[in-house]
Amino acid sequence: MVEKIVARDLKVMVYKKPILQNINLTVMAQEILAIIGPAHSGKTTFLRSINRLLENQLGFIRSGELLLDNRDVKQWDVDLLRRRVGMIFATPIPLPGTIFDNVAYGPRLKGIRNMHSLAEIVEKSLRAAFLWDEVKDRLFSSALRLSGGQQQRLCIARTLAVEPEVVMMDEPCSGLDPISTAQIEQALRELKANYTFILVTNNVKQAARVSDRTAFFLNGELVEIGPTAQIFTAPKDKRTDDYVSGRIG
Amino acid sequence: MTCRALIIQRLVWFGLALLTFLTLLVLFFIIGYISAKGAPVITPEFLFSLPVRMGKEGGILPTIIVTLYIALLAIVVATPFGVGTAVYLTEYSRESALTRIIRFGADALAGVPSIIFGLFGFILFVIRLKMGWSILAGGLTLAMMVLPTIIRTSEEAIRAIPYQFREVSYSLGGTKSQTVWRVVLPNALPGILTGVILSLGRSVAETAAVIFTAGSTLRLPRTILDPGRTMAVHFYILAREGLSMERAYGTAFLLIIVILLINAFSYLLMFRLTRRLK
Amino acid sequence: MREKLIEKGLLLVALSALGSLLLIALFIFVEGVPLIVKVGIKNFVASTHWAPTKGSFGILPMIIGSVQVTLLALVLGGGLGIAVTMFLAEFAPRWSVAILKPMIELLAGIPSVVYGFIGVMVLVPWIRRSFGGPGFSILAAGIVLGIMILPTVIAISLDALRAVPLSYKEGSLALGATRWQTLYRVMLRAAKSGVIASLILAMGRAIGETMAVIMVAGNALLISASPLAPVRTLTSNIALEMGYAAGDHQKALFATGIVLFVIVALLNTIAILTMRERK
Repeated sequence: MVEKIVARDLKVMVYKKPILQNINLTVMAQEILAIIGPAHSGKTTFLRSINRLLENQLGFIRSGELLLDNRDVKQWDVDLLRRRVGMIFATPIPLPGTIFDNVAYGPRLKGIRNMHSLAEIVEKSLRAAFLWDEVKDRLFSSALRLSGGQQQRLCIARTLAVEPEVVMMDEPCSGLDPISTAQIEQALRELKANYTFILVTNNVKQAARVSDRTAFFLNGELVEIGPTAQIFTAPKDKRTDDYVSGRIG
Repeated sequence: MTCRALIIQRLVWFGLALLTFLTLLVLFFIIGYISAKGAPVITPEFLFSLPVRMGKEGGILPTIIVTLYIALLAIVVATPFGVGTAVYLTEYSRESALTRIIRFGADALAGVPSIIFGLFGFILFVIRLKMGWSILAGGLTLAMMVLPTIIRTSEEAIRAIPYQFREVSYSLGGTKSQTVWRVVLPNALPGILTGVILSLGRSVAETAAVIFTAGSTLRLPRTILDPGRTMAVHFYILAREGLSMERAYGTAFLLIIVILLINAFSYLLMFRLTRRLK
Repeated sequence: MREKLIEKGLLLVALSALGSLLLIALFIFVEGVPLIVKVGIKNFVASTHWAPTKGSFGILPMIIGSVQVTLLALVLGGGLGIAVTMFLAEFAPRWSVAILKPMIELLAGIPSVVYGFIGVMVLVPWIRRSFGGPGFSILAAGIVLGIMILPTVIAISLDALRAVPLSYKEGSLALGATRWQTLYRVMLRAAKSGVIASLILAMGRAIGETMAVIMVAGNALLISASPLAPVRTLTSNIALEMGYAAGDHQKALFATGIVLFVIVALLNTIAILTMRERK
């Protein structure tokens, strides 16, 4: 199996406060890796280090290695990096504008202007996100009129439109109803063949349902990582056991 | 609360309300007085014909055209600089000595009296740069006058855009300039436009800076290098020289109508803007 | 690469406001300073003899005129402005403020020449009838300018009052004070620097105002303590004579501009510092 993202001794500090400590972790290609852990464990910071959104925050210092396709993310051209590694945020953030414009935003950034090509990409992405059937008749209406679940799937479509290889999702289903959540989980399963997913989730059961491997973060440390089944039935670390069984959280 | 204190409060309430009412009265009086004497003068002939005998008779068409040219020129020149400055201050820099200096420059420029702008425009544009009295000189001078307003309102509008929008763009591989151009500015447009429209109003009302840069000829201008008289300047000259009180009132009325409309329009925009972000 | 260029370009654009300011200062000074040097600063600022065609350039009468008119405007407009601010901040019903504020801002949009005109047609005759004198006077200019600076005073003072933490107000009310007592003793005191800043800025506006003042102040070259006396201000002097001045005379007007520029710059800097101090 190909190693897609590798973190070696990754440390992140913000204003001298340690957020991530000694993270050693590998994300394999075409897997769904779930990252679980209580709030403030550094899960989001880890994601934002990968696509370098962390750089926009003041006072952060990153040390150690963080590689995408064997090259440190710092050495990647940042715009290219962010297209290779897409991100879905916890709150769906549709850009003001039409559904079409939202999904076409990424491709337009790359310079694609032909309406025909854009329309093709938009349809392909919306289908992949399981949203096409619901919006195909109103592509040019405002994206803000969609429901929460639809908006999140729109964000997924928007990210897929730039053809990333890795998709990072930061608690994408928080605040969504169970049906929307199920739809998104289903999308993950179908898309797995062509993408690598990193799924940060507060919902332990979701991790169990969807992921191949699971990593447990606690207070900025990677406590344990392994196949999902093993993490949930026979965790090696007591802390992991406490968390997945609900004793701490 | 003592009884006495409550009585004092009642009295104060009445006193302050009275003074506020007085202030509004002044406003209504001014508008009413000018409207009463000036509205009857507004005929299509007045608006569209040329002045005769230095404005004693005839219409005010050239002044309307000159006012339009100068005001438009001012905002066409000032807006790119103003918006650009606002973009730099919000997107491309953190608070530092440099940004403080930039802001100081804008604030200080806002406080310069209009007559000083007139002197400056005269010596630089009219004389040294050899533009002569011209709409161009007037427009450029006015552009500097309204620049701080555009900077201030644009910055406010840009800062109101939630940071998440920018993050979405970045996460899709957008560069900073792409993000500003495609996400920030289009969404900040209503706020920016408000500032531009307010500046339009100010340009229309301005007299001291214009009279020394655009001149006071009553001829119809052909290019922006021609001199011209704006409505405000025309009104001033008519009133001062006592040439035609009737036409003075008419010009003043037109001025006030235009400014009222401009103000109303900018409020409409602000209203739409606050509704949109909710 | 392209991004770096855009950033540098925007930095240049951002310096345009500062650049404009410096240019203005530069040109005004270049034209005016030689004259001040030639005539001697004492003869310029402290002499009452203004006869430009004969080579006398004393601007003291104009300085005094400007000060008198501005002070009166500040008392009238500042006082009224603060009163209205208090009403809007504390006593006016919520819905009315949304209507009243735009109306007051409308006052700011009316051209200064219109103010001057109404001053001439309505105010000046009234002063003449009621108090005597030519009507064109410090009083007339002070009243007109007072009205013109109202929007500035109100806007900034209102902001300052609104910025006072709610806890101050609630604390006072909880102790049994009336709204007026709270306003007067607690909130105004807390907003003091903002209100003062608004007055200083308004003062700067008043000193810099030209067209309205020309029309109602009388433009006489004399110094008097009576509010009914006509005076000439620094701004009127420039505007009146610029049309036909040449050579040294013109330079003297630029020199007058320097004095005006410096006074306003000082006032505005003090105002900005006063506003910053409270943060």
